[in-house]
Amino acid sequence: MIVADQKPIEDIRKMLKGKKKVLAIGCGTCVAVCFAGGKREVGVLSSAVRMATELEGEPVQIDETIVQRQCEKEFIEHLGDQLGEYDAVLSLGCGVGVQTLADQFPGTRILPGLNTKFMGGPTEQGVWEERCQGCGNCLLEYTGGICPISRCAKQLMNGPCGGTDEGGRCEVDPDTPCAWFNIWERMDALDIQDQLMEIQPPKDWSTSRDGGRRKIVRKDLQKPKLDEGS
Amino acid sequence: MNQTPLKSNSRLERILAAGQFAVTGEIGPPKSHDAGVIREKCSQLKTYVDAANITDNQTGIVRMSSIAAGILIRNEGLEPVIQMTCRDRNRLAMQSDILGAAAHGIKNILCLSGDHQSFGNHPGAKNVHDLDSMQLIRMFQEMRDNSQFQCGEEIKGGGPPLFIGAAANPFADPVALRPLRLKKKAVAGADFIQTQLIYDMDRFREYMKKAVDLGVTESVSVLAGVGPLKAAGMARYMRNNVPGMSVPDHIIERMEGAVKGISNDDKKARMQASRAEGIRICIEQIEEIKEIEGIAGVHIMAIEWEAAVKPIVEGAGLYPRPEVEN
Ligand code: SF4
Ligand code: SF4
Repeated sequence: MIVADQKPIEDIRKMLKGKKKVLAIGCGTCVAVCFAGGKREVGVLSSAVRMATELEGEPVQIDETIVQRQCEKEFIEHLGDQLGEYDAVLSLGCGVGVQTLADQFPGTRILPGLNTKFMGGPTEQGVWEERCQGCGNCLLEYTGGICPISRCAKQLMNGPCGGTDEGGRCEVDPDTPCAWFNIWERMDALDIQDQLMEIQPPKDWSTSRDGGRRKIVRKDLQKPKLDEGS
Repeated sequence: MNQTPLKSNSRLERILAAGQFAVTGEIGPPKSHDAGVIREKCSQLKTYVDAANITDNQTGIVRMSSIAAGILIRNEGLEPVIQMTCRDRNRLAMQSDILGAAAHGIKNILCLSGDHQSFGNHPGAKNVHDLDSMQLIRMFQEMRDNSQFQCGEEIKGGGPPLFIGAAANPFADPVALRPLRLKKKAVAGADFIQTQLIYDMDRFREYMKKAVDLGVTESVSVLAGVGPLKAAGMARYMRNNVPGMSVPDHIIERMEGAVKGISNDDKKARMQASRAEGIRICIEQIEEIKEIEGIAGVHIMAIEWEAAVKPIVEGAGLYPRPEVEN
């Protein structure tokens, strides 16, 4: 899932400065599950902004709504009718949600209420961790199912750096396990540690963001187009 | 003496090829464009070491470029070992820099992952890590031996003559993996290895035994990292804070013992006594290291204390440095 975090309220207030009427739109999928942009969070954030702006003497009227998936056109189209009355939309979706709204409603100012952090999942109650950077060419088969691209601070592909701390902590943060320590432990337990002696060649990053904006086209799923346009 | 042709003909390579016990040192470039700093440090190391490493934005702090500083010491008559980290450059920049360095006659290169930028003075910087140190070693080896760029394209006129080094941290976790990782660097194409600072000789002997058993030392020259302690506090700090640093109690006790009986107020006398002990320990350790099977030399790290190199090298009976034919 996509994991996000709410922006600090001061940042949100700054974005909303001068706006009179705003629609806050949450999302019922990833960001609801990580308690950043679901129905409840939209409610709490909206009241906080209302209170703060009232105290300041420049009250902002915030209406609240939620869609099931902000990242898909079909789920947001219906909002079009009401947007005319708002100065701006505050999206509590991930970065994809914000942009889907912006694409769909070119005449409306869309503001981001979240900081989208990573693709990952919960590892314990109240803790989410990154697991994938969408490098576009998954190498988990060589690393015991643990991703060094997203979980090693140096994206090493051939083993740990010299900085792994005692007990397998990453040199960058003592609260974070060293990905390579985990990879070693796991491959050792599976008795496939000799695979680690194979030298992984330089990665082809062109499948990652380095290759430019990425898209997937599935011809088998595309609707036949009558008019190809430009 | 075997007659395999030398790969780079660097002084360091020639010393090692001649079966001599090699001595390398280390110079940290200044956080400025002041060439005088480099020349001063160089004058303290020159003639006492066979070559000196030039660190590459060590600990993520911006300093004079290692290649530029390397050219400066080369001009002073000291052979540089250029350090190159994977943190700041992608494969284009690494290849282009090594061609430039080779054009200036630089031959020794040490391939490193690099300290994370969060430790340095630009923690908000983007890191690169296009390659890791293993891939960097292999890339330089292929440039040299196959005259080809990483993409496979031919280097017209031949590849740069390099003597390729890598680092090893014998005691960092996962400890069981470390000798294998050393072997992997050898397979990737490393010609020499410089280890992290070693104070725990017993553990180092065990590590080297594994390395020898794995056949690593047949193709790679291992230089053990040593460094003089300045004070007991420094030893304790390193033991507690530097990953993979094992400083045995008896070393710390000796450093504490060195200042016993000297009044706390006499800072100068305490400092001198403690530093003299640090140098003595370092010399004794080199003597022990010389006896370890598979060891080809020492790498003396006395950063910001370059003056210690002379008494250490002399004290360990490693002076004068041998002359090797060009
Ligand atoms: S290797 Fe790439 S695709 Fe696979 S988990 Fe890691 S970042 Fe994601
Ligand atoms: S300590 Fe481990 S996770 Fe952290 S940078 Fe080094 S190898 Fe990567």
